[in-house]
Amino acid sequence: MIATIAFYIFACAAIASGFMVVASKNPVHSVLFLISAFVAAAGLFVLMGAEYLAMLLVVVYVGAVAVLFLFVVMMLDVDFVELKQGFLQYLPIAATIAAIVVIELVFVVAVWVFPENAELAQPVSTVGQIGAGENAPSNIEALGLVLYTDYVHFFQIAGIILLVAMIGAIVLTFREREGIKKQNVADQTARTREEGVEITSVKTGQGI
Amino acid sequence: MEELWTFLSTRPIDSGWLAWLIPTLLQILALVVTLLLAQAFLMYFDRKVWAAVMMRKGPNVVGPFGLLQSFADLLKNVFKEIIIPSGADKVVFILAPLVTFVLALIGWAVIPVAPGWVVSNINVGILYLFAVSSLGVYGVIMGGWASNSKYPFLGSLRSAAQMVSYEVSLGFVIITVLLLVGSANLSHIVESQSRGLGMLNWHFIPLFPMFVIFFISALAETNRPPFDLPEAESELVAGYQVEYSSTPFLLFMIGELANIVLMCAMLTILFFGGWHSPIDVPILNQMPIFWFCLKICFFFFLFAMVKAITPRYRYDQLMRIGWKLFLPMTMIYVVLVAGVMLFVPGVADMFQSWRS
Repeated sequence: MIATIAFYIFACAAIASGFMVVASKNPVHSVLFLISAFVAAAGLFVLMGAEYLAMLLVVVYVGAVAVLFLFVVMMLDVDFVELKQGFLQYLPIAATIAAIVVIELVFVVAVWVFPENAELAQPVSTVGQIGAGENAPSNIEALGLVLYTDYVHFFQIAGIILLVAMIGAIVLTFREREGIKKQNVADQTARTREEGVEITSVKTGQGI
Repeated sequence: MEELWTFLSTRPIDSGWLAWLIPTLLQILALVVTLLLAQAFLMYFDRKVWAAVMMRKGPNVVGPFGLLQSFADLLKNVFKEIIIPSGADKVVFILAPLVTFVLALIGWAVIPVAPGWVVSNINVGILYLFAVSSLGVYGVIMGGWASNSKYPFLGSLRSAAQMVSYEVSLGFVIITVLLLVGSANLSHIVESQSRGLGMLNWHFIPLFPMFVIFFISALAETNRPPFDLPEAESELVAGYQVEYSSTPFLLFMIGELANIVLMCAMLTILFFGGWHSPIDVPILNQMPIFWFCLKICFFFFLFAMVKAITPRYRYDQLMRIGWKLFLPMTMIYVVLVAGVMLFVPGVADMFQSWRS
């Protein structure tokens, strides 16, 4: 009962915020709606019993990626009037792409078959599981058992791709500038009290 | 008291969803009321410690010894007018303190204060806490942006960079604890620190460097001095809070304090044995709540002392210790702990004896 209500709340919230991401005039509002869409998706994951994935979604996407997103969008100097000018001009292309995506989605849904063993993934049967959980193998253990054995190569390849992407981004944006003042941390921490402080006894009325 | 909680924790799932919902709501209510009341006095404690370090008296007028000062502040704030700047984004402006406040409170849902005394005993408890604390940054960013003013905006940008940076090392510290315990359930983490030797079994001994790093990162994560750059009053007036007044301001303050207490609770659970007594004697083990609260107060005292005695860091220093010291150190320690657990026989069995 509660799981069903929660499912509909999260599902509606996800769809509504997904729509508002596109429909909002202010880009910052768009990002905020994107965040609420992520959170709603995490809620759906919890209902499916995939609590680890839900937390990961919140930590990685909401806690880190979306923060940087928001960070960048807030600093952009967007002119809203100018942003809306090209609307009619790009409408045909956008409509074509949207139509293609919708048709593709319809095809996917049309041939969708629920696998027999997917009952666990349905929201109805999980209230007991969330409550019980004591003896069942936890999400993390179950994932770890396959991730580091059967899929260890995919896992490592994904890691290497991320590392390359990270280094690439740093190399592309790194710019060494000559002749600017920099903090030299080693010098600063090596400073002693004797160099930094001078104690003088000042006579009254004379000054230093 | 224990009967009460046992009554609240019995949730016959078969007898309809109402029998499940009402006890949970009562539990949440009990927790939130206790938490907010405790916070009023922790605030007072904070100010008293700060005053004592500066050889002042601190709040001493309202109530006996000034004990009711926090309530006076609360009423004063609530009765003021809420001023929303005309150029502000009104919805986001009001939403921001609410986000801070709510996020600071929902983290407590998974904190076990005594054996079985937890609103939601989920298997990914520590990840949930980590997720909630990483969301805390939104209140600050939204508040700073919605104020439509320079200082709040600068404060919120600083805060975003700072909190995201320190989350990384915080995450690695949590991983070292998870490696030792072998479970992400907070109750298991506490249980694993009771192997008959009292405080010698607590995780702060094998993970001492991580404990120190977690403490410092917690200071940065909650925007406490010496890392309170988002609200550095000498440069940014009050950072992201400049335009806030009345109840929204109060919500920011309560939310920040609740976050600090939550971090103290995390330190207690991860490194200081949760509800276990420091000496493993049956009589002392009878009062788990007392030990838990005492440890939280101890860490809160440390937070207050740090606030009183350290000068504020420079921004580049803050970033340097986050990325260049803490991150490599925690990564090395993760590898070290994982290696020892894997290759030294008996270590894993010793730390994970809670499983049996």
